[in-house]
Amino acid sequence: MRTLTKVLGYILLTVAALTFIYPFLWMASASLKPENEIGTLALVSRNFSLRGYSAVFKQIPIARALFNSGLVSITSTMSVLVLSSMVGYALARLRFVGRDSIFNLVLLTMMIPGQLLLIPMYILVVRLGWTDSYRALIVPAMISNMGIIVFRQFFKSLPQELIDAARIDGCSDYRILFQIFWPLSKPVLITVGIITFIGSWNEVLWPLIVIRRWSMMTMPQMVTLFHVGGLANAQVAAEMAAAMMLALPVILAYLFFQRYFIESLALSGIKG
Amino acid sequence: MPEIAEAELARRRLPLFGRLAERYRTSDKAGYVMVLPYILHFLLFTAYPLVFAFILVFCRWDIVTPMEFIGIRNVQRLSRDATFWTAVINTLRFLALHIPLQIVLSLLIAVILNGRIKFRSFFRGAFFLPFVISGAVVTILWQQLYSTDAGILNLILIRIGMQPVPWLTDPAWAIYSIAIMATWKNMGFYIVLFLAGLQNVPHELYEAASIDGANRSQQFWRITLPLLQPVMLLVVILSTIGGFSLFIEPFVMTGGGPAESTLSVVLYLYKQAFQFLRMGYAATIGFALAIMIFLVTFIQRRLLDTDQSA
Repeated sequence: MRTLTKVLGYILLTVAALTFIYPFLWMASASLKPENEIGTLALVSRNFSLRGYSAVFKQIPIARALFNSGLVSITSTMSVLVLSSMVGYALARLRFVGRDSIFNLVLLTMMIPGQLLLIPMYILVVRLGWTDSYRALIVPAMISNMGIIVFRQFFKSLPQELIDAARIDGCSDYRILFQIFWPLSKPVLITVGIITFIGSWNEVLWPLIVIRRWSMMTMPQMVTLFHVGGLANAQVAAEMAAAMMLALPVILAYLFFQRYFIESLALSGIKG
Repeated sequence: MPEIAEAELARRRLPLFGRLAERYRTSDKAGYVMVLPYILHFLLFTAYPLVFAFILVFCRWDIVTPMEFIGIRNVQRLSRDATFWTAVINTLRFLALHIPLQIVLSLLIAVILNGRIKFRSFFRGAFFLPFVISGAVVTILWQQLYSTDAGILNLILIRIGMQPVPWLTDPAWAIYSIAIMATWKNMGFYIVLFLAGLQNVPHELYEAASIDGANRSQQFWRITLPLLQPVMLLVVILSTIGGFSLFIEPFVMTGGGPAESTLSVVLYLYKQAFQFLRMGYAATIGFALAIMIFLVTFIQRRLLDTDQSA
C-alpha cells in the first residue's frame, strides 16, 4: 500500500512536470519546423530549419528590441538597487525629521494598483515629451517601494557596531551603505534584483502605451504586436521563433539560478 | 537624571517651529539626501497622477481638444454601462474556475512534494518555469495549443477518442480556457507557497495524532488543512487580484471576443483610452477597478497582520 501510493505520487508528478515542460519544448521545436509539420506532437523533425528565425529578422527589428529590453531592464534594475537601498538605509538606520511618515507613505503607496495610475501616467509622459523614448520606460521604474521595504527590513538586522566603528574612522553614510552594508547584503540584492529585472523584462502593458515606433519597442511588446498585428502572416514558425527569442534569456538565467529565482519571486507575491 | 529632564523641559517650551528646528539640528543630515529620490519619484509618479486621475473622473477629454468638466456623468454612465459589467462578470467567471482549480492542483502537488521525494528540486523547478516566463510568450504559445483545427490539445483529444473543443472560438468556453492557462502559468508559485506552509506545520502534531490512531487522511483533513488556512487565503486573494488585472491574455488571444466573452476590465479600460480616446471615462474605469482591487488587498493585509500577531 505504502509503495503503491509512492509510485502513484511519482507518476502524477512526472505527468504534471511533463505538462509544464512539454509546451516549451513544443514551442522550441515548432519554431524550427516547416508549416505543414507544426500541427503534430513530435518534437523532432528531419526538416528543421532556421527559416522562422530569418523571417522574424526580416520583418521586424527584433535585434533592436532585444537591445532596448536589455538596456531598459538593466538600467532600471541597477537604479532600483542603488536608490531603494539608499532609502532603505536612511529609513532603517538614520534619525531625521519625517522618517516614520515617509515609511508609512511607502507602505501606503504600495497598495495603489498600477492600473489606476495608467491613464494620468500616460498623459504625464506625453506632456513631458517622453513618448517613444527610453526615459518613459526607465524613469518611472527607477525606484521601487518593494525594494525599499526589503532593504529597510534587512538593514535593521545588521549590528550597530558596524556603523559606530565606521563613523569613528570618519566614514560617511554613503560609504557605510555601499562599502560596508552592500557586501553583507548579497541575498537581498539578488532578491530585489531578480524581482525587478524579471518584472521589467516581461512588462508589456506600459510599453504598449508609451511606445509607438518600432525602433523603440521592447521585446514583449514587439513580439506581441508581431503576433496580434498580423505581421507574421500567420506563419506559426515565425511567431514561435519570436516568442523563443523573448523567453530564452530568462529560461537560461533560470536554469543557472533556479533557487534564487524561486525564493525571490515567491517573496514578491507576498510583499505585493 | 535632572539635567536631561531640564533639557527636555526646555525643548518642550520652544514653539513648534523651534522644536522642529531643534530636531533637524540633531538629526542625520544624510537622511534627507538619501530619501530625496523617493520624494521626487513619489511626487511625480504617484501623487500627481493620483490627483490627475481623480480630476479626470469628472471630465471629458480626448487629449486633443480642451478638457471639459461634466460633473459625475462618467460615474453615471459607468453604472449603466453593460459592457463594463460584462467585463466584471467575465472576471468573476474566470475566478470561479481559476481559484478552485488552482487550490486543489497546487495543494495536491505540494503535498506530494512535501513527502520523501527524490528529484524534488527538479520537479519544483519544472512547475515554477512558466511563472518566470513573460505572459506574452505564454499566451502566444497557448493560443497555438488551443487552436481548434491545428492545436495539439485537440489533437490529443481526438487521439484518445474524444470530441475536439472550440477552446477560444466559443463564447461559452473561451474565458475558461484562459482560466486554465492562467492556472498553469501561476501554479508553480502557489506550489511554493503551499510547500512553505506545509513545512511550518509542527511535526509533533502528526506524531501525537498517529499515537491517537488517526490515519493519514484524517491527519490531512484535521491537521494539515486547518493549519494551511492562511496560505489558502493568500492564494485566493492573490489570484483574485490577478483576475482583475487580466490584460495580455485576452489582448493577444481573443481581443476580448468572441461576443465580448473574454473582455477584461483592464482591456476595456485600454480600449476606451487608446481606441476611443475617452481619457476621463478610462480614468473612471481605473478608479472602479482600484476600488475592487483595494477591497481585496485590504482584506489581505488585515488577515496577514492578525496572523503575524497571533
